[in-house]
Amino acid sequence: MNLNFLDFEQPIAELEAKIDELRYVGSDAEINISEEIARLQAKSRELTESIFSGLSSAQIAQLARHPQRPYFLDYVERIFTDFEELHGDRAFADDAAIVGGVARLDGQPVMLIGQQKGRDTHEKVRRNFGMPRPEGYRKALRLMEMAERFSLPLLTFIDTPGAYPGVGAEERGQSEAIARNLFVMSRLKTPIVCTVIGEGGSGGALAIGVGDRVLMLEYATYSVISPEGCASILWKSADKAAEAAEAMGLTAPRLKELELIDHIVPEPLGGAHRDVDLTAQRLKTALLEQLEHLESLPGDKLLEERYARLMGFGHYSE
Amino acid sequence: MNWFTKLLPSRIRTETSSKKSIPEGLWSKCNACNAVLYRAELERNLNVCPKCDHHMRLGARQRLDQFLDEEPREEIGAGLEPKDVLKFRDLKKYKDRISQAQKNTDEKDALVAMMGRVKGVPLVACAFEFRFMGGSMGAVVGERFVRAVDTAVEHGIPLVCFSASGGARMQEALFSLMQMAKTSAALAMLSKRGVPYISVMTDPTMGGVSASLAMLGDINIAEPNALIGFAGPRVIEQTVRETLPEGFQRSEFLLEHGAIDMIVDRRDMRDKIASLVSMLTRQPAP
Repeated sequence: MNLNFLDFEQPIAELEAKIDELRYVGSDAEINISEEIARLQAKSRELTESIFSGLSSAQIAQLARHPQRPYFLDYVERIFTDFEELHGDRAFADDAAIVGGVARLDGQPVMLIGQQKGRDTHEKVRRNFGMPRPEGYRKALRLMEMAERFSLPLLTFIDTPGAYPGVGAEERGQSEAIARNLFVMSRLKTPIVCTVIGEGGSGGALAIGVGDRVLMLEYATYSVISPEGCASILWKSADKAAEAAEAMGLTAPRLKELELIDHIVPEPLGGAHRDVDLTAQRLKTALLEQLEHLESLPGDKLLEERYARLMGFGHYSE
Repeated sequence: MNWFTKLLPSRIRTETSSKKSIPEGLWSKCNACNAVLYRAELERNLNVCPKCDHHMRLGARQRLDQFLDEEPREEIGAGLEPKDVLKFRDLKKYKDRISQAQKNTDEKDALVAMMGRVKGVPLVACAFEFRFMGGSMGAVVGERFVRAVDTAVEHGIPLVCFSASGGARMQEALFSLMQMAKTSAALAMLSKRGVPYISVMTDPTMGGVSASLAMLGDINIAEPNALIGFAGPRVIEQTVRETLPEGFQRSEFLLEHGAIDMIVDRRDMRDKIASLVSMLTRQPAP
């Protein structure tokens, strides 16, 4: 089994393996097999298209957590220049699960904040699997307020299973740290664009996710609780995660339809990890587009519209 | 039905379940010290155990009834009702869970808000109904809270919220998560207008409610020994793989770690809050 492919992609993996074999043979044999390779590549593409046109919510959740999925810093190096990381919450520690700093977007200075997961075991542990502690949220808060002070647009990138459930995190006020960010972001006097690039896990995601525009990559997810968590509480069994994922509607198209997010950034065929450069390029275009509009609004109007947007969430009858 | 009754042919079975029981509601048992308590006395004591001072959970209306002066009272957003736009279904339909909860609690949703007075001091007060789906926050709770905030702003009077909630309402999925942003934004607006907000956390205040409106008080108060936190103790135990220390995530623990301003006994709540808000609004002592 090829680990670069998820279980539902195995037919594609087999085909790709065959193509690799042929290439290997082709390099030392006299026979011209490039036609055969081209035929198989077309077939692989077709197969990918057909599999990806009918993905279930649970499969999309798998893609959002794909081990090779590009993380925040992969986009930073492709979209921005002059990135200077700024560390620490000035009170307790520097939380590596949240990265922030100033950078330029097509020359224009901006403030970036994103959750960062690790690629190898060592980094995964250092980044705490992308699960921030209160000091991470307070570092983010410090940078948000700095963005406002110097009129830098704020761009946030969400990719977390959730805020870290630990003893220390509770002692240092995880709840207050998240709540404070929601409070401050709702009135921050600078344009805010939030993008869910992988997993948007609950309050831990929302704590850097209140803004004027919320974008999602095509195969990112955003939900109030993980499908496993939801299944174990409501279905009394974590095995029902697929059903829970479906019921919660955590995919980009569904959330767009419900008007909970504003824009979907399409991913390359097979997912963002198949072509990180192309994904980054599309994301950059989307960010520039959103910023251009938001920056044309006067400050009061910006805050008024953000407030109205937040007040509009939720359905009830009266 | 046990094996013996199953054996009996139906015609000789006698109905035993309708056995006369003690008239309901006369006696009550403290779930902390197990003392048997006379219900009327317990109620006079605001549902605090007279033997061990354990603060029992209160319904939303009971809470507001104890807290507010008898007159005047005006309910806010009473007409709001939940709407299941996602057609959410787990083991049960969300719709059925709503009607069940409405039947059990006689409330439309998990938050009740009122404008009234405490010792003559005008204010807006809201309280969570924990028996309504664990006091979970969905769209109606969010909207009622925002209307309570709006009423406080409109009249320039303080806001007090008694929370008791397991967190966001999963059956409303991402809509419920957004209630955290919605309520926090309303509180930011309230704060900008210089209107005081007192948050009272009661047992339990967890998850999305704790990580939004509950922790944002100008003054954060907790009732004694209430469970307050972001992640539930069981989730933390599974993550860190060790048993949690005694008193973890209890009010006293939060006070020690600087998360709340004070712990207030329920029987002192009216005096304390009336005194606090009168100072924050620069009014004479009540």
